[in-house]
Amino acid sequence: MPRSSRPYWIAVASIVSAASGCGSTDRVGPSADTTPIELLNVSYDPTRELYREINDVFARVYAETHGRAVSVKQSHAASGSQARAVIDGLEADVVTLAVWPDVEAVAKAGLVRSDWQKRFDNDSVPYHSVVVFVVRKGNPKNIKDWPDLVTGDVSIITPNPKTSGNGKYSFLAAWGSVLASGGSAADARAFVTELYKRTPVLDTGARAATATFSQKGIGDVHLTFENEAHLEVAESQGTLEIVYPPRSIRVDPPVAVVDTNVDRKGTRHAAEAYLGFLYSPEGRAIVAKHHYRPWGAERPTPAVGESWPAIDAFDISLVGGWESAMQTFFGEGGVFDAIYQPAGA
Amino acid sequence: MTSPRAPVTHASPVVNAALVAAAAAIVGLVIVVPLASVFAEAFTGGASAWWVALTHDADTRHAIWLSLTVAPVAVVINTVFGIAAAWLVARFRFPGRSLLISLFDVPFSVSPVVAGLALVLIFGRQGLLGPTLAWLDWKIIFAWPGLVLATTFVTLPLVVRELIPVMEAIGPDEELAAVSLGASGWQVFTRVTLPTIRWALLHGIVLANARAMGEFGAVYVVSGHIAGVTDTMPLRVEKLFQEYRTPASMAVASVLAGLALVTLVAKFAIERRLESEARDLATARAQDAGHP
Repeated sequence: MPRSSRPYWIAVASIVSAASGCGSTDRVGPSADTTPIELLNVSYDPTRELYREINDVFARVYAETHGRAVSVKQSHAASGSQARAVIDGLEADVVTLAVWPDVEAVAKAGLVRSDWQKRFDNDSVPYHSVVVFVVRKGNPKNIKDWPDLVTGDVSIITPNPKTSGNGKYSFLAAWGSVLASGGSAADARAFVTELYKRTPVLDTGARAATATFSQKGIGDVHLTFENEAHLEVAESQGTLEIVYPPRSIRVDPPVAVVDTNVDRKGTRHAAEAYLGFLYSPEGRAIVAKHHYRPWGAERPTPAVGESWPAIDAFDISLVGGWESAMQTFFGEGGVFDAIYQPAGA
Repeated sequence: MTSPRAPVTHASPVVNAALVAAAAAIVGLVIVVPLASVFAEAFTGGASAWWVALTHDADTRHAIWLSLTVAPVAVVINTVFGIAAAWLVARFRFPGRSLLISLFDVPFSVSPVVAGLALVLIFGRQGLLGPTLAWLDWKIIFAWPGLVLATTFVTLPLVVRELIPVMEAIGPDEELAAVSLGASGWQVFTRVTLPTIRWALLHGIVLANARAMGEFGAVYVVSGHIAGVTDTMPLRVEKLFQEYRTPASMAVASVLAGLALVTLVAKFAIERRLESEARDLATARAQDAGHP
C-alpha cells in the first residue's frame, strides 16, 4: 500500500464512525426523529396469523398517536427454541412466548428484568387459551374426554414437550385431568405413560404437529391450543372438528419487553406500546377474532367472547407451578424422560 | 470355484427385465413422482397464480432475493478457497497433508444442524466471540453473515474436491515450464493452471451453488426465522407450508426444483467436456511417450 493513500483510509474510518455515532444518538426518544422504528417480535408457532393482524393495526395506531412509523418483524418457531435463540443473540425487542419458563429463561440470562411479570396486567399474560382436542370429521373414535385418549387403538398427535410450549401444556393438561378428577400422582403417571405410547411422532413445534395431523393425515386426535384448533379446523374444509373435553388446562402465554435489546436499540417506547396494545380494546378485539381469550372483564366486541364454550379450566398451580413442573416433568431425567419411549425403541 | 459363473451379460432376459423395472420403479417413486407433484401443486392455480405467489408476497420476494445473494457469496468464497487449497495439496508435500485432505471432507460427514449449532457456540451472544462481537456491534448469527458462514461451511468440500484429482492428474510440468520461461505467478495461474482446471472448477461451482441454494439444516439454526429478513427460500417453503399456504409454498419449492433441473443439465454438459479433456490429455501423453 503506497504511503499516500493513508490519509484516505483515515478519512473513510472517521466518516464511518461518525455515521454510526449519529445513528445511535438519533434513536434515543420516540419523537426525536421520524425514521421508522423496527421492532422484532420473537414468538411461538401458532401466533403467526394473530400477530400479522396485530402488527398492521398497531403500526397505524402508533403512527396516529405518536407520529412515528413503526414496522414489526416476526420470528416464529417452537417456543423453547425461540427463547434459546434470543439468549444466543437474536435481537428481539419483545418476546411473546407460549409458556412462563421460556420468558423466565430469557430473564435469567439477564436480557429481561427479573420483575417482568409485574410490568403488564394479569402477570403479563394478555390472552389465554385452553388445550382442546381436534378429531377427524364425525369423531369416529368417539373421543370426548381425557380417558378416551387411551382406549382402543387411538393414536395421538402432540409436539415434543421438551421443545414446544404446546407440548408442555398438552402433557400438563393430561396430567392435571387425572388430578382434577380425584386421581393420584401415580394414576396421572400411568395415564401419561399410556398416552405417550400412542404418539407416533413428536414434532418440535406446534405448527409442525398441526401439519402432521391435518396435512399428512397421521393420528386420530390432535391435542392443541383452542386458537390453533380453530385455525386448523377452518383450514381443513370440513374434514376435522373440535372436541372440548369437560376439563382442561388454562394456557397462559406471557409477554415481555427484552430490556437489554430495546435499551441498546432505543426502541423501548414502541416496544412497551406494542405489548400494551394487546390489552387495548382494539387489540383485544383482534385477539378474540383469532380465538385467543382476551384478558379482562369487559368484552372486546359483542359477538366474540360470548361464544367461548364453557370449560372447567385448571391452571398451572394444580401441578405445583411452573418452576416445580419444569423440574419434575421436563427436566433432565424428569418424568417425561422416564415415561417416554420413542416409537420403535 | 468348481462351477464357472455365467457372465453377467448372459443373465436371463426375465431377470434383466425385472432388474430394469425395479430400478425404474425406484427412480420413479423416489425422484420423478415427488418432483412432478411439486410442479403439479405449484401450478394448480395456473401460471399466473404461480407468478403472483412468487412476486406479490414481500416476504417471499425477500426470501428469493436473500437466497440469490447468500448462495453466490458462499460460492465465491468456496471458489477462492477451493483453488488455493487444491493447489496447495496437489503441488506440495508436507507433514499433515493427508489430515488436511480429510478435514476438507468434514462438512460432508457432519450433520448441517451440528454445523449451525457450532456457529452459534462461536458467534452467539454467549459464544466464544460473543462479547467481542457485541462490543463491535457486529451481527453474525441471526443475520446475513451467519447465513453465508453456514452455507459456506456445508458447501466447502464441493469445489476443492473437484480440483484436487484434476490438478494431480495434470501434474506440475506445464506450470514449471511457464515459470522457467519467466512467467509471473499470476500469469502461470491465469494462462496455464486456470485453463486446465476450468471445467472441473465449473463443475464444482455448479454443484456448490445448487447445494447452497437448497441448504436447510445449518441455515435453519442460524437464521432466527425472521420473516422478510433472514428466511431463505428453503426456510420460506417450510413457513408457507406451515401457514396453510400450500400452493405458495410449492411455488417457491418449484423454483428450487427448477434450479435443480438446470443444475442437472449444466452438470451433464460439463461432465462431457471433462471427459473429452481427459481423453485429449491421455492422447497427448501417449504421443509424448511415442516421440521422446
